[in-house]
Amino acid sequence: MHGEDLGRSPAQAAPSEEASPLAGDAGGLGQPRPAEPILRLQSVSKRFPGVLALNDVSFDVMRGEGHVLLGENGAGKSTLINLLAGIFQPEEGSIWFDGKPYRPNSPLEAFSAGIRVVHQELNLLSNLTIAENLLFEHLPRWRGLVRFRDMNARAVELLAEVGLDIAPTTLVSRLGVAQMQLVEIAKALCHDSKLLVLDEPTATLTSKEVDRLFEILHRLKLKGVTTLYISHRLQEIYSVGDRVTVLRDGQHVVTRPLAGLTVPDIVRLMVGRTIEDHGVFRQDVPVSGEALGVSGLKLAEGGPEISFSVGKGEIVGIAGLVGSGRTEAVRALFGADPKVAGTIRVDGQEVEIASPKDAVAHGLSLATEDRKGQGLLLDMSCAENITITDLLKVSQFGLMNRTEENAAAEGLVRDLRIKTPSIHHLVRTFSGGNQQKVVVAKWLFRGPKAMIFDEPTRGIDVGAKAEIYELLWNLAAQGKGILVVSSELPELISICHRILVFSKGRIAGTVTRAEFDQNKILSLAYKEYGLAGGN
Amino acid sequence: MPEGTDRASERKPNTFWDNLLRISMREAGVAIALLVIVLFFSATAPYFATSENFLKIFVQIAINTVLASGMTFVILTGGIDLSVGSVLALCTVVGATIMIDDRLPAWAAILLAFIACVGTGAICGAVNGWVCEKWKLPSFIVTLGMLNIASGLARVVSNNSTITGLPRPFVEFGNLILWGVLPSIFLIAIGVILIGWFVLRFTVFGRFIFAIGTNEEAVRLSGHNPRVYKIAAFTISGLTAGVAAMVYLLRLNIGSPIAGIGYELNAIAAVIIGGTSLAGGKGSIIGTLVGACILQVLSTGLQLLGAEDNVKPIVIGTVIVLAVVLDFYRSRLLRMMER
Repeated sequence: MHGEDLGRSPAQAAPSEEASPLAGDAGGLGQPRPAEPILRLQSVSKRFPGVLALNDVSFDVMRGEGHVLLGENGAGKSTLINLLAGIFQPEEGSIWFDGKPYRPNSPLEAFSAGIRVVHQELNLLSNLTIAENLLFEHLPRWRGLVRFRDMNARAVELLAEVGLDIAPTTLVSRLGVAQMQLVEIAKALCHDSKLLVLDEPTATLTSKEVDRLFEILHRLKLKGVTTLYISHRLQEIYSVGDRVTVLRDGQHVVTRPLAGLTVPDIVRLMVGRTIEDHGVFRQDVPVSGEALGVSGLKLAEGGPEISFSVGKGEIVGIAGLVGSGRTEAVRALFGADPKVAGTIRVDGQEVEIASPKDAVAHGLSLATEDRKGQGLLLDMSCAENITITDLLKVSQFGLMNRTEENAAAEGLVRDLRIKTPSIHHLVRTFSGGNQQKVVVAKWLFRGPKAMIFDEPTRGIDVGAKAEIYELLWNLAAQGKGILVVSSELPELISICHRILVFSKGRIAGTVTRAEFDQNKILSLAYKEYGLAGGN
Repeated sequence: MPEGTDRASERKPNTFWDNLLRISMREAGVAIALLVIVLFFSATAPYFATSENFLKIFVQIAINTVLASGMTFVILTGGIDLSVGSVLALCTVVGATIMIDDRLPAWAAILLAFIACVGTGAICGAVNGWVCEKWKLPSFIVTLGMLNIASGLARVVSNNSTITGLPRPFVEFGNLILWGVLPSIFLIAIGVILIGWFVLRFTVFGRFIFAIGTNEEAVRLSGHNPRVYKIAAFTISGLTAGVAAMVYLLRLNIGSPIAGIGYELNAIAAVIIGGTSLAGGKGSIIGTLVGACILQVLSTGLQLLGAEDNVKPIVIGTVIVLAVVLDFYRSRLLRMMER
């Protein structure tokens, strides 16, 4: 399960002994690989309140190689990229880049040091031209004026290098995603970046565009540019990578040559997160009937159809990679975003849902993944947050009945054990766990038949997580249907009856409790990204 | 990213002084400022602390107070209404035109004029709100458009002239002064403020106004339609512009297409000085009343001190900016106290 047969344990995979023995068998693109590391991480740790995002991570990236970084959701990839990009600073350990200690305090410093990070969400200025974007930091100037002719000429050169044949005066907003990606890469070239970090560059590209991107990356490689490449598409990493580093739960699992590793091998290296059994799964809760049913839900014309159902007293999980369409699906079903087709049943009755208002009226609730941005009225009191879902219940003739409102809020605060000195305190001051409980409380106040939770434990510390799980089970025991979207597989495995695995917008498979297995679920999650089956 | 530790449980118990400070910071802050300003002018400016002067101030703040009370609703939802000044002008000419019609008995003409004023204002406001919500446009632009449209309509209705000759009972009511210091129009303004206060504080609708200003998306996802309430807020702002037009007619006895120029800015200033956040969700209509008082007291006080007309706007402008700056520190301190 931990993949010892495939690689060495983290301790053995110390950077120093890594380089020379492996130099020969790199395969990849047939480049003789120089043995000198360009980037070295030594015991790097990064902590967020309640979470150790990176734990004692050490590995090397060699000069001129294509290095692939892999890991499940929450394995620490993004944190690592953000450290390199100068967005976060590590608490412990050191990073060496190009022979010098590397500790950037801002993206600009990272940039000047020679590391260019192309983030998943592109950071171009869409109302400026390609040339202006490319040379934004170093506009050719003459007495304070921009020399547009020089700028555009230089831009043409850079665009040629990435094989983009577009006038440099084109506005970036008129480009497609693939072209924007190439502009970002061209920008890296413009500044002679030594290390190019690409975070999921192919997530939104068509296969033809992907081929083109790889061709360009190959060309850059011949020029000696090192790339650190992050992707969910396990098939494609073979065409760009020489070596691979796998992270799991913030820890370094292995760094080794890609040659000889099969896709199932890689999946096995990525899973194996220890499952703490929260012991919350309850056999005694009966599952009966259907609380929520979805048939043929379609988010876009020509898109995949999604169908599933959740029983009363049942907890159904939705797993999948970030961006696999989990959140989009539940939002569309709740009426928060438009859908093109699909019928929804609540309590066996077919209902028409065109807006969240309809959804709530028919007995659904949605706790969004963005608790602060979409779930709570941060600058209002706990009581006001709870009653917002059903003000009719605590008012007569349009007048608020404070006594009833306070009583209702007090009751829920007590039931859910929300820690607050009074129900009149602003929700902004609450901890993440207590804020999530307020979200649950506000929906309980409305009394839904089926409840949807998107990332219910995101940003919540371990103790509070267990409380949320218990809460979900209490809701199930009341006969409600519970649908939980989560990026944490162990969490779903410990609380759910069934797990629906989303892959690229469709349900790649359903796994029942008896067959729960991280390997299986993860293979399904990668299914539509080009991995057939796994094992 | 993960949230911090459990702050709520670490919070110290509140002391009496803590509570007092909090209330004075949150609600009474502007009132204390007003008191300080009044005391300052009473001590320095001749004739300031006389009942005649207070009467004058009460007369002068009536229009702005009514306009600002409706503006408070819009600003609380996170919008702005730049059209109230010219909507007021439109309403004055509509109201005056009806009132001078001698085919009607005086009482009927007055009643009809009142309904027409309020109705015209409400329609203008509803159009503002509907256009904003239908096409998801910034209210700044939409109401800027309405500012011009209403102004143009006022010229058309009045045939570009000032309308005079309002019925006698109406004019007399406008000049009425109770107990030597309270003019009738000031009492109307106070009435509007009280109604606004009641609506915002005690009704479901008021709760929605605050909730939408705090987080519109959260309100939508809680199963409500925020658009309805936002359109209603604009309608209320238009409606109070209509009431303000009646107050204008009571005070000046003329309907004029060039009435109310720049009034919207005074109304916004009163709301902001009163502590309502331009971002929405925070504020109170009592604060707005105090804000309107501060503006007028400053203006009158400076005049009595012998300040030149040119200096007055400079001081008032400074006070507006200062109020927002102070609000920044006030909310920061409040947030620190909440922890």
